[in-house]
Amino acid sequence: MGVSNVKQWSRIVKEALDRAFFTAKFLCLLHVSNTYLCTVALAHGPSMLPTLNLSGDLILADRLSVRFGKVGPGDIVLVRSPQNPRKIITKRVVGMGGDRVTFSVDPKDSRRCETVVVPEGHVWIAGDNIYASTDSRNFGAVPYGLLQGKVFWRATSFHITLGLY
Amino acid sequence: MGTRNFLWDFGKKCFTFGLIGLTISDRYASIAHVQGLSMYPTFNPNARTFMGSLTDDYVLLEKFCLEKYKFSHGDVIAFRSPNNHREKQIKRIIALPGDWITAPHSYDALRIPEGHCWVEGDNSASSLDSRSFGPVPLGLACGRATHIVWPPQRIGEVERRIPHDRISFG
Repeated sequence: MGVSNVKQWSRIVKEALDRAFFTAKFLCLLHVSNTYLCTVALAHGPSMLPTLNLSGDLILADRLSVRFGKVGPGDIVLVRSPQNPRKIITKRVVGMGGDRVTFSVDPKDSRRCETVVVPEGHVWIAGDNIYASTDSRNFGAVPYGLLQGKVFWRATSFHITLGLY
Repeated sequence: MGTRNFLWDFGKKCFTFGLIGLTISDRYASIAHVQGLSMYPTFNPNARTFMGSLTDDYVLLEKFCLEKYKFSHGDVIAFRSPNNHREKQIKRIIALPGDWITAPHSYDALRIPEGHCWVEGDNSASSLDSRSFGPVPLGLACGRATHIVWPPQRIGEVERRIPHDRISFG
């Protein structure tokens, strides 16, 4: 009587451990593919208008391009903000290390332009909507190590539709 | 037939352990090899001798600090070098965002911008740190060194040390 109880119990425990291990394996697979292959992000805000929406776009970013240095001017990238490391921002790469970048300092107030040379190992990022974007014009060139991924696909757009009826 | 099954099983087990190991070293803790003399005598105190260079220090890096990027003065952190993202360096945090730090050999004071920190090696004579490349964004950090795990006679905690004479807290 006691022996069959122990046998039943050990079977239940073994099955529970198997399921727990399977779930752990699945979560590890999710983590590795999110960190090393491809990640999903929700980008919102006005700084990348008209490319990305104000109210939110679900974008896919691949991590391999950044790891192997295949990022160049014109790419949209996810960057860990140098002003707040807990925030990830979406901007476009304008220049890589060694490039000379010209930008308008304050497009709303004046037409003054400045030219800088991007230091080695850094990138110059800018939002497509220069009137409403905090980017390298405010915090300077960003170290390449802060890049998190290169955006390659916009999965969905969340439009706010204004009814005109 | 038996060999193919065995190889397939073995491959699956390797893949599983690889995934789990990678996840643990990314999210919880990993071991890092400390090279060079910039943190002498905290790390690698014997590197000047021939035998000493064969027993470089290995430290345990904990990754829980990367959840909220909450660091304290005197923490030893590992970070990607701002000038070369493929290199990782390990230095001590001297000042955090908002602090004022005196630039070396001058009467200037520099305010650490938000989201950045000032790192210096314990061995000021031979250390390339924030004195040459400026404040480092905290987003480049990849772990905090808490313990030395190798060589066995140096196993112990990494202590926090703060040079009070050069900074004033914001």
